[in-house]
Amino acid sequence: MLIIVWELVYKIGVEVLGIWKPYTFPSPFSVIQTLIGLIADNTLGIAIIASLKRIIVGYLISLIIGVVIGLTIVRFKYLDENFSALILGLQTLPSICWLPFAILWYGLNESAIIFVIAVGSTFAISIAIESGIKNVNPLYVRAAKTMGANGLKIYWNVIIPASLPSVVSGMKQGWSFAWRALMAGEMLSATKGLGQVLMVGRDLADISQVMAVMVVIIVLGLVVDKLVFGRAEISIRHRWGLDRT
Amino acid sequence: MSLIIEAVGKRFITKHKKTHTLEQINLEFKKGEFVCLLGPSGCGKSTLLNIIAGLEKASEGKVLLNGKEVKSAGPDRAVMFQESALFPWLRVIDNVEFGMKMAGVSREERREKALKYLKMVHLTKFQNSFVHELSGGMKQRVALARALTLDSEVLLMDEPFAALDSQTKNILQLELQRIWWETKKTIVFVTHNVEEAVILADRVIVMSANPGRVKKEFKIQLARPRQADSLDLTYVVADIMKALKKEVEKVAKAEYDSDWNIEKDTVLRDADHSVGIGI
Repeated sequence: MLIIVWELVYKIGVEVLGIWKPYTFPSPFSVIQTLIGLIADNTLGIAIIASLKRIIVGYLISLIIGVVIGLTIVRFKYLDENFSALILGLQTLPSICWLPFAILWYGLNESAIIFVIAVGSTFAISIAIESGIKNVNPLYVRAAKTMGANGLKIYWNVIIPASLPSVVSGMKQGWSFAWRALMAGEMLSATKGLGQVLMVGRDLADISQVMAVMVVIIVLGLVVDKLVFGRAEISIRHRWGLDRT
Repeated sequence: MSLIIEAVGKRFITKHKKTHTLEQINLEFKKGEFVCLLGPSGCGKSTLLNIIAGLEKASEGKVLLNGKEVKSAGPDRAVMFQESALFPWLRVIDNVEFGMKMAGVSREERREKALKYLKMVHLTKFQNSFVHELSGGMKQRVALARALTLDSEVLLMDEPFAALDSQTKNILQLELQRIWWETKKTIVFVTHNVEEAVILADRVIVMSANPGRVKKEFKIQLARPRQADSLDLTYVVADIMKALKKEVEKVAKAEYDSDWNIEKDTVLRDADHSVGIGI
């Protein structure tokens, strides 16, 4: 359906009325053709694997650092009072702003891009952890205390499961930030990866290739969201009884 | 077993004012006794219960359990709250097992004991349900089972039936009498409902507000199991009600505008003072 509308808009806009030039607006067929071409000569496969490798490594790093920062902030009130604003600020800063630093520190290579990805999602995750833990119903903690839980046991058995719903949505947000950072990083400094294929399309004025990569990114994003976060969210919502309508 | 409250006082200090919630509370609970703390809202009865539970600290005085001072919350004093405080991420059976899991009891033993207490509250059918699938009354039953698994001598209950509808409440009051009889626990039960206190307790302690003090003690010597509709119960309720009325008025006066009076407005009338003349 979407493809038919797209084709219609292309036909009317480009061929009948001539409002747009053919190189500014691709037709769905040329995009599909390019897509097949990219798959056939393995450009796309290599690009996807390179990009996924970067984002997974970067995301895992940000997950670890984000969790550590989040937990430390909750634990120490002094840090919370003084650094929460800073972290919020860092989160609003688009992570691509870190690229100059990354290149200076790591050079034009994988590490620089992974650094940008990690910075992009770390703060979203740590903020989610912090607010998730702070919003745990204090009644749960009190009840656990009267049942003999203390210290780490409370963290492990009560606070972590109780904060899981908001932590998962924070992780999801972190994932989308990571994607953005990845694309920006690859467009500017990579020699392979989806962002770089997109940039090649731009350099060759091949708008179909640009569009094809965009479609791939959208599909990848949807797949990861459905398979990983979607499942986690559905099972949590079911447990908590939030899915009843 | 002995649970002694010695000269306990509690003050809350905020920016605007100092509140003296509890003052010089001295109480002693005997083994296997069912005691209700009764008082108007705001008299500090829940605060007192929290102090016994170790969830709040007393400003002065101390609570002694078996000769040892209570410093923090612990499984030797099980607590039931007004909201069930069940964990939504666990199934019913895992909720009941929680206390034993914290104590490091083995898996089989845990399961067996949890089922025993779930049976006591008649909810074995729902052992694999999630908390949100239960009604309010069922949640409180599970919370009771969870509290019983701790094998504590003392069970502290903070208005556990206050949020339930009256039919469910009546059933649970009967059940609680039975379970108390079976388990021989010392129960301290906080309520603002006089009838509930008389149905359940051996001893009703009426508290006064501002500052919270023990005003009067009533021994309830009625046959068990007690039902809400028996006549002798109504008589005792009226007796305690009298003692409580002044306290309710005192609290209300502190909260409402100064022109309010409990004695006024005992007859409803309209502006031209006709008391239903046209009927």
